[in-house]
Amino acid sequence: MTALELRDVSKVYGVGPTEVHALRNVSLTVDAGVLVAVMGPSGSGKSTLLTIAGSLELPTTGEVIVEGTSLASMSRNERARLRRRSIGYVFQDFNLLAGLTSLENVALPLELDGVGAKRARVAGMQALEELGMSDRASRFPDELSGGERQRVAIARAVVGDRHLLLADEPSGALDSVNAEGVIRLVRAACQRGVAGVIVTHDAQLASWADRVVFLRDGRIVDQTMPPPGPESLLTPDARS
Amino acid sequence: MSVRHALLALLSEGPKYGLQLRQEFEARTGEVWPLNIGQVYTTLQRLERDGLVESDDEGEEGPQKGFRITADGAAELAEWLRTPPDMTSPPRDELVIKVLVALTLPGVDVRDVVQVHRRYVVELMQQWTRLKDDATDDEVGFLLVVDAELFRLDAVIRWLDAADGRLARLAADPPPVVTGSPLLPPRLRRRMGARP
Ligand SMILES: Nc1ncnc2c1ncn2[C@@H]1O[C@H](COP(=O)(O)OP(=O)(O)OP(=O)(O)O)[C@@H](O)[C@H]1O
Ligand SMILES: [Mg+2]
Repeated sequence: MTALELRDVSKVYGVGPTEVHALRNVSLTVDAGVLVAVMGPSGSGKSTLLTIAGSLELPTTGEVIVEGTSLASMSRNERARLRRRSIGYVFQDFNLLAGLTSLENVALPLELDGVGAKRARVAGMQALEELGMSDRASRFPDELSGGERQRVAIARAVVGDRHLLLADEPSGALDSVNAEGVIRLVRAACQRGVAGVIVTHDAQLASWADRVVFLRDGRIVDQTMPPPGPESLLTPDARS
Repeated sequence: MSVRHALLALLSEGPKYGLQLRQEFEARTGEVWPLNIGQVYTTLQRLERDGLVESDDEGEEGPQKGFRITADGAAELAEWLRTPPDMTSPPRDELVIKVLVALTLPGVDVRDVVQVHRRYVVELMQQWTRLKDDATDDEVGFLLVVDAELFRLDAVIRWLDAADGRLARLAADPPPVVTGSPLLPPRLRRRMGARP
């Protein structure tokens, strides 16, 4: 099943001489259970692609379809509900609420969606635990290290029953061990049927994806082919 | 990978037979480096010649012959572990050479060449990552080998990204053309093993 589809999406910021073509005719389909990574140099349009996929912004032209429904046909409120309920989003700068503890931040989307406070806390605690963050549950964001804030943001995005997980540089502030922990969590979500899109500069992180898409100047210029079986790496002549 | 020192390491745990050494070597490197039995015996013979291992005197040649490490062998192993491998001169890197050549050829878009290689390397990394994903925590040797390969390939991607960025800036703001200027200063050219 197709969870996310971008059809011929373009995004222009500004007008006249300050005009920036952040995306040009981008088409992308992500099925449920599939993880796609988007790579590209700074300014190539990665974050723009993600905010449009997550309905935080509307495209200038083209269409975005989430779980079969075109975003253009939805009201503001319907889009907000879709974001709360179905889309987990990890922002490049984390976007945690400063007045809430780690656990409250993680449980918030569930509570906003009508889940009882107690159940939301249990689910939130579980997500923090999976990232080795349960002992930081009652700390506020400004009492956490950069990498810890990042893990709280990831926990908030995977908590509950999301169908689409969008993450912008989810390993930015993490060392390689913690980065691997985060991407394994994202992978596990995809194996449960979530469709995932991660934006990253980091090829090691991208290599966890089923498909890697390369952006340049707002265009998709290339993507990886489905990989052959890993046995091909282990033939004697390849290892000499 | 030095087979010689790997065998010394295995023997430092206690005496072993040739066949056993081969099996243990492969098991500990996650079977990434297959080793044939002939290689094991020739290496053992050389180690014995150099006084680094001893064999049972009475044992016949073949699978029943046992080997053990000598004091010199143990000293050699300890020394080897702490000696950094030679990483001073840049290796002759075929990928670097291809990109340098692409730079000089008219009608070739270097950034397209860079992207072809980038995709290939990312695809290789996807395969290694798949192997890592399938491995269990107790396969430490294998996981370390896979990590090493992933970091090596990651460095290649970073170099390609850096090259891409440099070329993009150059295209946006081309410097005055100096004809006949060599791509590399002679000293670096020699060190990289390029023909003059
Ligand atoms: N709100 C905005 N107003 C004007 N221009 C914008 C806006 N958001 C992004 N841009 C421009 O659009 C282009 C693409 O930006 P985007 O944030 O998508 O890049 P990116 O690939 O995520 O880069 P990075 O790797 O640095 O995060 C850039 O030139 C950027 O300056
Ligand atoms: Mg960005």
